[in-house]
Amino acid sequence: MKSASIIMIIGSALLFSLFIYPLWTVELEAPQYPDGLGMYIHLDGLQGFTEYDLQNIDGLNHYIGMQKLPTPADMWEFRTFPLVVGGMAILGVLIGFLGLFSKVSHKWFLGWLVVMTVLGILGMYDFNAWLIDYGTNLDPKAIIKVVDADGNPFSYKPPLLGRRDILNFTAVSYPALGGILLTVGMLLTFIAYLIGLKSSKK
Amino acid sequence: MKILNLCIGLLAAAAMMSCGDNTNKKSSAGGALNSSAAEKVYVAPGEQDEYYAFISGGYSGNLTVYGLPSGRLFKEIPVFSQFPTSGYGYSEETKPMLNTSHGFIPWGDSHHPDISQTEGVTDGRWVFINENNTPRIARIDLETFETVEIIEVPNSAGNHSSSFVTENTEYVVAGTRFSVPVPQQDISIKEYKGKFKGALSFIGVEKETGHMDIKFQLLMPGFNYDLSHPGRGDSHGWFFFTTYNTEEASTLLEVNASQNDKDFIAAVNWKKIEEYINNGGGKMMPSNYAHNVYDHNSHTATSTMKKEVRVIDPTEVPGAVYLLPTPKSPHGCDVSPDGKYIVGNGKLSANLTVHSFEKMQEAIKNEKFDGEAYGIPILSFEDVLAGQVEQAGLGPLHTEFDDKGNAYTTFFISSEVVKWKLGTWEVIDRKPTYYSVGHLTIAGGNSREPDGKYMFAMNKITKDRYLPTGPELEHSAQLYDISGEKMELLLDFPTHGEPHYAAAIKADKVAPNSKKFYKLSENTHPFAAKSEAETKVVREGNVVHVYMTTIRSHFSPDNIEGIKVGDKVYFHITNLEQDFDVPHGFAIIGQNNSELLIMPGQTKTSVWEPKQVGVWPFYCTDFCSALHQEMQGYIRVSPKDSDIELEWSLGEDVE
Repeated sequence: MKSASIIMIIGSALLFSLFIYPLWTVELEAPQYPDGLGMYIHLDGLQGFTEYDLQNIDGLNHYIGMQKLPTPADMWEFRTFPLVVGGMAILGVLIGFLGLFSKVSHKWFLGWLVVMTVLGILGMYDFNAWLIDYGTNLDPKAIIKVVDADGNPFSYKPPLLGRRDILNFTAVSYPALGGILLTVGMLLTFIAYLIGLKSSKK
Repeated sequence: MKILNLCIGLLAAAAMMSCGDNTNKKSSAGGALNSSAAEKVYVAPGEQDEYYAFISGGYSGNLTVYGLPSGRLFKEIPVFSQFPTSGYGYSEETKPMLNTSHGFIPWGDSHHPDISQTEGVTDGRWVFINENNTPRIARIDLETFETVEIIEVPNSAGNHSSSFVTENTEYVVAGTRFSVPVPQQDISIKEYKGKFKGALSFIGVEKETGHMDIKFQLLMPGFNYDLSHPGRGDSHGWFFFTTYNTEEASTLLEVNASQNDKDFIAAVNWKKIEEYINNGGGKMMPSNYAHNVYDHNSHTATSTMKKEVRVIDPTEVPGAVYLLPTPKSPHGCDVSPDGKYIVGNGKLSANLTVHSFEKMQEAIKNEKFDGEAYGIPILSFEDVLAGQVEQAGLGPLHTEFDDKGNAYTTFFISSEVVKWKLGTWEVIDRKPTYYSVGHLTIAGGNSREPDGKYMFAMNKITKDRYLPTGPELEHSAQLYDISGEKMELLLDFPTHGEPHYAAAIKADKVAPNSKKFYKLSENTHPFAAKSEAETKVVREGNVVHVYMTTIRSHFSPDNIEGIKVGDKVYFHITNLEQDFDVPHGFAIIGQNNSELLIMPGQTKTSVWEPKQVGVWPFYCTDFCSALHQEMQGYIRVSPKDSDIELEWSLGEDVE
């Protein structure tokens, strides 16, 4: 149970990395942008690859009538997510320490993971809902109006994960370092549960 | 973030490695073509050249930027001439750059670019270039590839033995080709002998900013000072100038200045003169010359008239100047990379003369003089001679060096480049040029470390090298591979204007520092509108200031009313873009100056004086975006006595 608790502490503490590293990366690829154009999604806001990327993405998007990229003040998520992630990290570390001193069983590790997974899925759902709104809720006076093969307004929604061709750009979304560490951390808490389960059966 | 960057870096490295595989396949498939000239100069689409070449534009007044080995033209940098393409010399901000003591000069004759150096090696910070006609020296910033400073050189005329830098860019040196009365005065031309002086100007370069200031002018005898080069290594602290017309003729020079069997190379110990000045030597002479500085934050040039210059009489500084006899009107004056040899290219001599710095020092120490000229000691030819390249060709002009102890000299009359060995003075190879070559360039040519991969020759005569374009032709240049024992002609390419010298440098010393755009947040232009909210139109009597912005794809404002005939309208255009390579242009019907081409983050001003009543359009001249054709606006001009109020707007009629 000692090693399981230490892994639990490490795993949940990895959530703190989200306060340093971004969660997700959305990149726009086109030949005219050899240096790349894109942004990192942090818990508390968006950050361009360079100082000017957000403004340049907005500049391009104004042709097709997309909304401007949100600032932290525009979205409640950027204020709430840091609290949720911070709280869960502290809770996870606390549970780990309690495990270390045999105050709680390995089942608490699983319980934390279940809560975290539910929150994670809710977060992804929310992020995807924003992407849909961002990609489809367009200004009716847009300069360029494109329709898809069925005659419906074209959706500019970037993919949640993977690549999608959007007019002359290819949008690529993938987890950034913070997102990867989050996944690793959650995986570690599951391993902590399994080790705890094994040692309890002995 | 660092770890993230590392991850991206690894991904990029992986991508590059896979690209590398492709390249290897390509080159192994083309193995049989390895020796072909075409392959050596072929820079595949999407790939970049290995060197920058900064080629003077001669009577275009400008400097062109080429890539080597491809010979592709990248940019023409306006320096001494108005340039309607960008508005240089036409915009209110850049007009002061062309101010001189003779007033606004719209044109210049640019000659010898030289790249700044640190410890004897080109550092890629600035290019200096001289203007021959109205003597000036310009500094071009290699972060922006823009002219940022021009200083006029007083007491000079025909600023030709210029603009070469010392090994830590302590000085950029400018010598006069034509001697003139100093100070200028109303005397008979027949009083040339003795009354005319040749000013050699040492312009100090401030280490961090590059700002130029004339430290002193050496008032030499009235010869013609043709070309110059700095000493380096052991000879650092000296500067060498070729002279012709030591006969001091003022008429029919082609005959009268070709009589002396030997003219001189003037060796100037500038460190000694510095000492003399630091001890209070020299005297301040009243003068009047322009110093023009361009500021990248305000995007504006200012011109200041300077009122005095320090002049030095060489006879008052013992040991500062010596004359080295050099056969027959030497033109080029070139110093070997180790600083040991000074090559005098006597253009009417069959032999090439090479002086030894060591022997010169020895002769000076032993005070072995062979007379004097106006109080300046003349050394004996035999005492300073290192060797001669015998019968190398006809009409030697200029010499450059490689990194293997070889020298390359151009011969104008026999139209060839001759490779010879320093020390043994034997000719190794000769290759024709097409035709009548002037200067030649090897990257790092005026430095301790020349780069012996390519050499290019810049010719004076083109004739049949390209498709004919009527009587007037661009000058031809030829690129040679000089990495082997024999030179190999690789490429023939046209140049713009008349290239005199050119300076070349490894691209990786310059390209990484090249600016992509100006930060709007650093723009301090007094008439900048840094957002559409700041745009406005202000009237002060009959002067109207329009604070206008551009962003893809509109001007703000784009409708203006209340302008009257007789108004002087200043359009101050700020480009709000903050992305690489998104300029906007500005043109208005009846513009009596030129368009403006405004880089992202920059503000430029064009003055417009409407003469006719009506509604006149303006538009963006640079195809900036998909809706570039829509980037336009109207300005209403009413009669002089009209009482229509100023009004401006953007997008108000669209509901």
